[in-house]
Amino acid sequence: MKYLIQQAINALQLGSIYALIALGYSMVYGVLTMINFAHGDVFMLGAFFCLLLIAIVPVPFWLALIVVMGATAMLGTLIERFAYRPLRNAPRVSAIITALGCGLVIQNTTLGLSPYARPMPHLLENVTYQFSGITITLLQIIIIGVSVGLMLVLDFLIRKTSFGMAMRAVASDRATVPLLGVPANEVIAITFAIGAALGGAAGLLYGMAYPVVSAAMGISVGWKAFVAAVIGGIGNMRGAVLGAFILGAVEVMTVAVLPSTYRDLIAYSLLLLILVFKPHGLLGKPTLQKA
Amino acid sequence: MSALLQTRNLTRQFGGLRAIGDLSLTVDRGEILGVIGPNGAGKTTLFNLLTGIYPPSSGEILFDGISIAGLRPSEIARHGMARTFQNIRLFRQLSVLENVRIAYDSQIVCSPPDALLRTPRARLREKESINASLELLDLFQLGSLAEDRAGDLSYGAQRRLEIVRALALKPSLLLLDEPAAGMNPSEAMQLTDFLRWVHGKFSLTIVLIEHHMQMVMALCDRIEVLEFGVRIAGGKPEEVKANPRVIEAYLGTEGDLP
Amino acid sequence: MKSRLLPLGLLLVGLIVAAILPATGLVNDYLQFVLISVAINAILCVSLNLVNGWMGEFSVGHAGFMALGAYASSILTVKLFPTAPTALLFPVAVLIGGGVAGLAGIPVGILSFKTRGDYLAIITLAFLMIVKSGLENIPYTGGPRGMLGIPRLTTVAWAYFWCVVAFWVIRNLVYSKYGRGISAIREDEIAAEAMGVNTRQAKLVAFVTSSFFAGVAGALFAHQLQFINPSSFDILKSTEILVMVYLGGVASLGGSLLGAGFVTILTQCLQPLGTWRMVVLPSLLVILMLFRPGGIMGYRDWSWLKPRLSIKPRGKSSEESQEQEKITP
Repeated sequence: MKYLIQQAINALQLGSIYALIALGYSMVYGVLTMINFAHGDVFMLGAFFCLLLIAIVPVPFWLALIVVMGATAMLGTLIERFAYRPLRNAPRVSAIITALGCGLVIQNTTLGLSPYARPMPHLLENVTYQFSGITITLLQIIIIGVSVGLMLVLDFLIRKTSFGMAMRAVASDRATVPLLGVPANEVIAITFAIGAALGGAAGLLYGMAYPVVSAAMGISVGWKAFVAAVIGGIGNMRGAVLGAFILGAVEVMTVAVLPSTYRDLIAYSLLLLILVFKPHGLLGKPTLQKA
Repeated sequence: MSALLQTRNLTRQFGGLRAIGDLSLTVDRGEILGVIGPNGAGKTTLFNLLTGIYPPSSGEILFDGISIAGLRPSEIARHGMARTFQNIRLFRQLSVLENVRIAYDSQIVCSPPDALLRTPRARLREKESINASLELLDLFQLGSLAEDRAGDLSYGAQRRLEIVRALALKPSLLLLDEPAAGMNPSEAMQLTDFLRWVHGKFSLTIVLIEHHMQMVMALCDRIEVLEFGVRIAGGKPEEVKANPRVIEAYLGTEGDLP
Repeated sequence: MKSRLLPLGLLLVGLIVAAILPATGLVNDYLQFVLISVAINAILCVSLNLVNGWMGEFSVGHAGFMALGAYASSILTVKLFPTAPTALLFPVAVLIGGGVAGLAGIPVGILSFKTRGDYLAIITLAFLMIVKSGLENIPYTGGPRGMLGIPRLTTVAWAYFWCVVAFWVIRNLVYSKYGRGISAIREDEIAAEAMGVNTRQAKLVAFVTSSFFAGVAGALFAHQLQFINPSSFDILKSTEILVMVYLGGVASLGGSLLGAGFVTILTQCLQPLGTWRMVVLPSLLVILMLFRPGGIMGYRDWSWLKPRLSIKPRGKSSEESQEQEKITP
């Protein structure tokens, strides 16, 4: 029992991080129906920005978080502006390929600059708490807490603010929305920024939790969050979070029983399995083709 | 059996919307049937159901005695039902000839190994398909445009090509979805003569969705009227024209809908 | 008849040249390596082009099929029949490599019946990752460290031969009813169905043929490099092939050749850059998408690659023409 609770905490931690990244994928898919393959690498850069920042000037955790989120938000906006916006009306395939290309450029540039994995220095004193035989660290509490906090803020933003409404409007009918006075381009840019910021935050948190940071993280972790988003139903925020925690749980259970080399295999097999039975993800809705 | 096509209690729901409700109609062999009704009446949905693009929620469709509800569109097409689309759905990037050949292909027997190895039998079929398709194109004065990109053709030529393509399926039933869309009244009347000629030359049964009332009145043997997915009237053109229920639905004055 | 034999004759001459080239000492080892690589890449490119170009899908999983072919053939030559006469074994190994990959194409093809676009891209990505991480967990084939000591059986002649076969078969397919059906699916799947195209069959034929030749290429690749591991067949490899397709020209045989040649030579020239080489290729992809998504020869081909169409001269009787004049709108 205690073992299960321990693993549940691990799953929550991993799931929270996946959720932050997965939300970015879903938000962008929602407004642009485009898979932003570069998002995983924005997450990776979040961790690297943090490394860079601390190397220049050691700052407390909360400040690092804000700076990193700002930096990745800007990066996300830049990518959207120069790589995706020109292809807004191009066939979907072009946009996906461009995203893939951008992601790989980011990944391999980072690889070129930092060929080896680096350790992440501590941002805060880790304290371990024990009660009735269950160990939980301050770090885990902070990761889960910050993630859930950010998700709640996002949920509020989407459901209760006018920006959120604009975002949902663009997601349902991008073509007509400008006619109603909604600045679609700006809404899209800000959506990207928010998604990227969340991804950056996830990168920082991931670096703190699993303190080895490498350029390959974009694919190894970032893309798993993509799997999570698709499992939940891409374009759907709740789906992203659901998928993320499911994937987190599955991965933690897998690693408990099988060698860690099975992580990817299980994650992607799960994805395929779900897509076979629910082609649009658990919470996704199929779109009807008209003739 | 004189009925080529029959629907019985045909219904199609999209979530809460009943696009077609309990529709029973018959199309007799050799006739030209018009289907009219205000926008949103379910006319194109009816065509989509008949051609198998989506299955009915309930009800039956009998084509030449065979129940076709639930069959895939390509199977229904091969049984002899062809159609054109409201928005012209040609294979724009492909040539005029290829557009026709693709429809004609459904009649040639060529297994994958034959195709992959380009056996003499495959080559023979290719030759047959090219010649047959070109003959058909020539009949409609499109032969000289055979190598042109379908998307580059003029609007009128594209509409014609769509009909030629449908005819390449050697159908017994031809469904035309607003073939006169975008045409002025005189062009529409020319199309009317043209369709009459096609009807005779290819021994077809035709079901026609149209908004150009003069065309419908002149061309059709019978008319069915739909409103909100339900049949509200039917019969000979003069009867339908005078039917107060139909007039109420949308036939204000003689002429086209905006 | 004469002009049908000419291309065949040229190909045979090419084969003979390819066979004796190494022995003449005119072409050094490195150049042979490059020629073989061009041929292998051309096979990869034209086979991916079937699905991504002609059928207009977005498959990211091509490297996965390549991996299956590479491993299956290597198991044969290294593990199962290490002492068999290679002249006989190698073509069999390559065929089996292709066969295994082709079989794997069936489930992917079936999945494509109901899913298109983004979701199919995701499925092919999942396939790629599953193959890669699956291979990493199989000790028999060396796990993540891969297989060593694969005999160097790929010669210029064999590479050329399989390249010609691939192009010939795919050309036949493209100019057959299945090829037209595949293009129709790209243009408008619903209209294709409505016009009698058996889209399921067409998709299966496309995917199986595509993955078969990816497997063939993988087998040739393994027996050239003599060493394979799962990371040889990752997303970067798939991206390399994508660049070849979108650079050379989608839905084009000639384009596939061009793309493969260009990218192979580019990759070789960029060797001194090391890791930075892997920045150039994806950047190229992005630039292509932004400025010329069809590639150099998108949807077009050189006429000598197309089968001759025997079009009857079409004359009309004056009577018929007059009838037409009156009726057609």
